Amino acid sequence: MLDKLFAPEVLAEAGEIIRSQFPLAIWETVYVTVLSTAFAIVLGLPLGVLLVVGEKDGVRPLPAWLMRTLNVVINLLRSVPFLILMVLVFPLTRLIVGTVVGTVASIVPLVIAAFPFIARLAEGSLREVNPNTIEMAQSLGASPMQIVTQVMLPESVPSLISNATIAITTILGYSAMSGIIGGGGLGKIAMNYGYYRYKYLIMVAAVILLIVLVQAFQSIGTRLAVKSDKRLKNKG
Amino acid sequence: MIEIKNLCKTFRTADGEVEALKNVSLSIPDGDVFGIIGMSGAGKSTLVRCINMLERPTSGTVVIDGVDMGALSERELRAKRREITMIFQGFNLLMQKTCLDNVCFPLKLSGLAGEKAWRKKRALELLEVVGLADKANAYPAQLSGGQQQRVAIARALATDPKVLLCDEATSALDPTTTASILELIRSINEKTGITVIIITHQMSVVESACRHVAILDGGVIVETGEVSEIFSNPASAAAKRLVYPEGDAAAASAVPGERMIRVVFNGSEATSTPLIAHMAVEKGIEANIAYASTRTIEGREYGSMLLGIREGGNAVEEAVAYLNAAAGVLAGEVQDGRAPSPEKEALTDA
Repeated sequence: MLDKLFAPEVLAEAGEIIRSQFPLAIWETVYVTVLSTAFAIVLGLPLGVLLVVGEKDGVRPLPAWLMRTLNVVINLLRSVPFLILMVLVFPLTRLIVGTVVGTVASIVPLVIAAFPFIARLAEGSLREVNPNTIEMAQSLGASPMQIVTQVMLPESVPSLISNATIAITTILGYSAMSGIIGGGGLGKIAMNYGYYRYKYLIMVAAVILLIVLVQAFQSIGTRLAVKSDKRLKNKG
Repeated sequence: MIEIKNLCKTFRTADGEVEALKNVSLSIPDGDVFGIIGMSGAGKSTLVRCINMLERPTSGTVVIDGVDMGALSERELRAKRREITMIFQGFNLLMQKTCLDNVCFPLKLSGLAGEKAWRKKRALELLEVVGLADKANAYPAQLSGGQQQRVAIARALATDPKVLLCDEATSALDPTTTASILELIRSINEKTGITVIIITHQMSVVESACRHVAILDGGVIVETGEVSEIFSNPASAAAKRLVYPEGDAAAASAVPGERMIRVVFNGSEATSTPLIAHMAVEKGIEANIAYASTRTIEGREYGSMLLGIREGGNAVEEAVAYLNAAAGVLAGEVQDGRAPSPEKEALTDA
């Protein structure tokens, strides 16, 4: 079995595929992940802010029915398995991108799946802000908008970066999954060669690359979060 | 002038309604240092938050310089709050901002402050006032508690307020730091004429910083007046509990034929024992020390003492006059030191 797996011709073929296909696949995976995360943050972060400021004791309470609706919608979107969500949003994907197949098309379901998740993560980060700090800002005459932009968001930057890191690594995993229904990147290669053509070496190589990418995003994210946190003493 | 009239605040909780403030009326003159003292749960924090409407009163009014705070719109209230700033027990600095940016914060909020360079200059001046100009670019986490409170004071002064509310501002600090923060607050009051309201549960804070005091117990103002007055003659059970933290020592240790004097040391340079000894030598008045709790911080004396003085002639009056003449010492006769008052029983029940 092993000698078959590592036969010279198998190795040579795998090397050839890796050289010809992997650079593009890595690029596709990275840009789909980064772009999807960016769009999901654009949608999810304000939603997370709304979840915190709009509640009954928040700095700008919103009608209870609106808060309930937001929560239900977020929970609904979060409970649909990603594979099924991808298929469900086909009409929307077609509307926005013009097609449901390909790397760019996979961004739509990724954003739809990720923004409620990011809203919840942002909600968690913003809730960590000391309520006394918010009270202080109110005592100095800060408006709700000023509290959001000048207190809640800046004070939770380290936590937001940590959570953005969790989001980007999760989205990276989802983007690999989108290879099944026509998304590009390392996921597609792992599926096409490993699952459909039994070329295990290629699949393993793709998986290793995914692991390396997750590690890279995670260490960059952790480093940024620590670096941004001024609460840690004895730093410049 | 701050006029609080018939203020009530009721909180609705799962266990029913809680009356935090019951018909509170107070009048605080401009430029005063006014203490509001009470045990935990007495309603002090609620009261101070009703002054700047962080808590909306259930009924009653707060009028500051003729402006009814409760009648202001949200926008007007936000503008008004710049004149009534606040410092807190937990300092509440922005932890991700430098000290300088923390002091700039209220100026930035107000929007009227104009240019960044101007804001920075003003913030530096204020850090100078609180003695922390060298920490302008440090982050709060790099400072001690006392230093953080100084930054918070600088921040509270940035918008040139008329009133400074101090909510348990020294409760998280050690005695030495507490003394220096109170010193700072007093000196700012003297220099700028700002009205200061100090919320605390510590009598020593009122003793060393306030001119007037109101005692809050169970949401009710039970006593109000000049600090020296209430110290020598606490009338209510709550006041006695606060003035005599170790129990009603005056009543307990009164010897027949003696009258009691309460002596408070507010950072006096004279130490307590020589002062009493000098009084014996210079005036020939012998004092029986019934209770003493004093401590020396940076060479100054803080705390209080109860002296028993034998009746006869003007000994008691002379002793009071002699002790009051010493700088930083406050003395007065304890009127009901001997006879247990009806409230005395309430005290023992509690």
